[in-house]
Amino acid sequence: MADRAEKLVCNSVWKLFGAGAEDLLKRTGGAPTVEQVAEGGLIGAVRDASFNVLEGEIFVIMGLSGSGKSTLVRCMSRLIEPTGGEIIFDGNDLLKATANEMVELRRHKMGMVFQHFALLPHLTVLGNVAFPLEVQGIDRGTREERAREIIELVGLQGRESYYPRELSGGQQQRVGIARSLAVEPELWFLDEPFSALDPLIRREMQDEFLRLQNVLHKTIVFITHDFDEAIRLADRIAIMKDGAIDQIGTPEDLVVRPATDYVAEFTKDVSRAKVLSVASVMSPAPRRKPAGGYGGEIPVETKIGEVASRMSDGDKPFAVLGSDGKQVGQVTKDAVVGVLIQG
Amino acid sequence: MAETSINPHVGDGNNAAPSPLDWLIRRPMLLAWTVALGAATFFWLFGQPWAKWAFKYPSAWKWKISKEISAGMEWLMNEATFGLFTFRELTRAISWVIEKPYEIVLSLLSTGFLEGQGSQAIQIIPPLSWIAVLTVVVLLGRYVKDWKLGALLGGCFLYLVVFGQWESAMVTLSSIMIAVPLGIIAALFVGLLGYRSVWVERAITPVLDLMQTVPVFAYLVPVLIMFGFNAVSAMIATMIYAMPPMVRVTMLALRQVPSEIVDLGTMVGCTRRQMTWKVLIPSAVPTLMIGVNQVIMLSLNMVIIASMIGAGGLGADVLASLRSLNFGGGIEAGFAIVFLAIALDRLSQAMAEKAPASHGDGQNEGILKKYPYTVFCTAVALITGIVGTSWGVSWASWIGGPSWGMYSAAVQDYPEAWTITTGAFWSDIIKHINVNYFDYIDAFKGMLLTNFLVPFKRFLVSLPWIAVVLLLGLAGYTLGRWRLACLCMVLSLFIAVVGLWEKAMITIYLCGISVLVASMIGMPIGIAAAQRDRLWRVVQTIIDTLQTLPSFVYLMPVVMLFRVGEFSAIIAVVAYAVAPAVRYTAHGIRQVDPQLIEAGIVSGCTPFQLLTKVKLKLAFPEIMLGLNQTIMLSLSMLVITALVGTRDLGQETLIALTRARTGDGIVAGLCVAFIAIIADRLIRAGAERMRTRLGLQ
Repeated sequence: MADRAEKLVCNSVWKLFGAGAEDLLKRTGGAPTVEQVAEGGLIGAVRDASFNVLEGEIFVIMGLSGSGKSTLVRCMSRLIEPTGGEIIFDGNDLLKATANEMVELRRHKMGMVFQHFALLPHLTVLGNVAFPLEVQGIDRGTREERAREIIELVGLQGRESYYPRELSGGQQQRVGIARSLAVEPELWFLDEPFSALDPLIRREMQDEFLRLQNVLHKTIVFITHDFDEAIRLADRIAIMKDGAIDQIGTPEDLVVRPATDYVAEFTKDVSRAKVLSVASVMSPAPRRKPAGGYGGEIPVETKIGEVASRMSDGDKPFAVLGSDGKQVGQVTKDAVVGVLIQG
Repeated sequence: MAETSINPHVGDGNNAAPSPLDWLIRRPMLLAWTVALGAATFFWLFGQPWAKWAFKYPSAWKWKISKEISAGMEWLMNEATFGLFTFRELTRAISWVIEKPYEIVLSLLSTGFLEGQGSQAIQIIPPLSWIAVLTVVVLLGRYVKDWKLGALLGGCFLYLVVFGQWESAMVTLSSIMIAVPLGIIAALFVGLLGYRSVWVERAITPVLDLMQTVPVFAYLVPVLIMFGFNAVSAMIATMIYAMPPMVRVTMLALRQVPSEIVDLGTMVGCTRRQMTWKVLIPSAVPTLMIGVNQVIMLSLNMVIIASMIGAGGLGADVLASLRSLNFGGGIEAGFAIVFLAIALDRLSQAMAEKAPASHGDGQNEGILKKYPYTVFCTAVALITGIVGTSWGVSWASWIGGPSWGMYSAAVQDYPEAWTITTGAFWSDIIKHINVNYFDYIDAFKGMLLTNFLVPFKRFLVSLPWIAVVLLLGLAGYTLGRWRLACLCMVLSLFIAVVGLWEKAMITIYLCGISVLVASMIGMPIGIAAAQRDRLWRVVQTIIDTLQTLPSFVYLMPVVMLFRVGEFSAIIAVVAYAVAPAVRYTAHGIRQVDPQLIEAGIVSGCTPFQLLTKVKLKLAFPEIMLGLNQTIMLSLSMLVITALVGTRDLGQETLIALTRARTGDGIVAGLCVAFIAIIADRLIRAGAERMRTRLGLQ
């Protein structure tokens, strides 16, 4: 993952609400304490957020309501003007871009999916999906052709002339997703896209989302308040609390090494077998093959839960293969069972 | 008796009764009120001999602002200039912009397209025939909703034809068709400015308050002076009257657009114009349509008043019959306005509810399949147009003889011989009632007047103005601290200073009595209806219809039965203002959280206890707002009742109108507006406090 380019970098992004916010930030050299913010009568919605999003990864920002995650994602697209910090997109500071440059960036490089879909009620599915292109002044024939392609991609063909009110929640969000993809954005923001859907549909949409990402390889910033969702989808997760980022890491990192009690509180009930890969429990391969031979071969990133079902009928260890196909270690049934027992 | 009034609350608590003075001191507001009311009463009873100025505002102190306003108006018309053009040229330009489209619509609906001037004009193209207009409205109803609406619209317009109101109705409809869209567009732009800038909003909110509370008569005069006695003036006055709610609705509707939708617009890179016209306004359309409906209804409400400054049509007919006491004719023209109002109301409501057509595959299928209604309407218009011309008539006579010719002409103009009139019938009924029951009615009226109305009026007029101003200030302080106190005192002082105190008191007396009666009738109905679903549906239909009726319509039957005078005025006002009392009471009670009602039932409340101890208590703020609306409607109706001879501020504005005195009209109008604003702010503040205390925020 380290070889991927940094697509978006946030350096000490602050968003303080209230009068005199910028003064306070200047006065304190860009790092006010919680007390200083409170004294100024301000609300620190985002406090000193720094992270980078790599090209093609799914970066999930997870936090409970009021943690500032929605404000943060809006700062990244400058829907909300950050009070301080740097947001570097493809090497350029977004906060220095003029209004017109922002319009151009949003028109061609960014896409966003909203929690409550934000579909325009007076436009059909086709009209909604083609809307970003319409705004750019692209002629009707071209934009509708493009819109039809994406509608098919999200599996809504046949519904082009429906109005949003005629669709179910899941279908409406498919329209929202299709619309955000119409301009082929490089950076794709999803602000709690599945939170308004009921659990079964949510699950289905998450699968759908992963399927799309397998095809599209976008750079994604995904906001959620659902830790399970974060673990299911993320390459890396940032946990936010009270406007600040508590920890950034892969799902496995968070589960194995929670940085704070707050993070541990979330990971406590997570089924380890679903998160940990065999890498975390494998032992070095012995020089010689074990007596009975290996029960099978598994890639190193396989989750323990998946190995468990294959191991159930035999005591033989499994060979673990690295990304180059060579063996890097082995995993025994005892190690797997140990994780399963932990829950 | 005396003891209880001194210390009514002894024994409230279980501990030893505190002395009454202690008890009062711990309640400073109550103490202040006791002192103030005591002082005011004392002053009222004994102050007259040594402080005459406090009872009757001395004319030497009067601020002659009305003269200054009139002079300013004169300067505006004769001398004001903007460098490139004068004010008078500006008003002419505005006239032109309104007049041109009006002429086209009027030609289409009423006069036909003419060539030449005055009486020598020759009709080149006839106006749309009545059959064509009927076809259009029926199909419009079908297109917007269903055949039922089409039938209702057709029925309303058929009334206009059959009762011989067609000519006038088309003139009225033409002016509505111009004033309404222009008003809507203007309001949309003002609302948009208010949405974009907090400063603009802060500036226009008080202006809107004034526009909605200043009686119409007051600004008819300046409009009359600026634009003359003609249809354009009438349309401008209508627009001024009908715009404010639309401006408010626009700001509200745009604010209500979900922030996500606005974010979406930004994220796809909308320019400001794209954001407004492609995102904000289309998303706000359902709410905006409520405003459109209001503009239409208010414009129809203005039809009769606008005829005072030159609108022809139905309004002029009603006004003429009212002036000549020709009740029969007036009632038919009045009904014509009512039916026009009902038709336009239902049509615009249906439009508001109409969702875009569902998913059909709108492929091209030729003009007939794509626009069946338009094609059919055009065909009917053309055919009836041709059949009805003199050429068509002579052709028809040639084929089938003179009777065919007659029918052919009837296609264009509904023959007078076929019209029905019920004027005589109404006049007979009134005559019958008056012949047989006049004595009873008169005795009843006389009894009420001498025993209740006149004493109350004398009491109000005798109050020292200075005491009233101070008490209003105290009320303002109690409910909203210094801001409200200052507002109440300044506004009421203005009324005294311009020398209209006595007239204002008469207005308050008429308004107060009307509101009292309206509440006494409306609130019990509201309470009863709130608890019975079927009754509520019936009541709702009735009050909806009542509120559709133009205010003038209430005047006619009242005047016929009770003659002119204050008594008639009060009855008309009550009839007009009773609807909000019913509506808000019922709403308030129905809104009470069902859980609280269940809690009441579980606690063992009897139905009566449930009503008095739970429902009414919680509905109180809402009922207060209903009272507020009742007061506002009463005041607006009261001004109109000046036509049937009241001696209050309304009459003052009316006199100013007939004598074209700008200043007098505006000052009297402002006084009415100030009374309304004081009442409104006090009641709102009270309701607000109550809501906070009940935790309903």
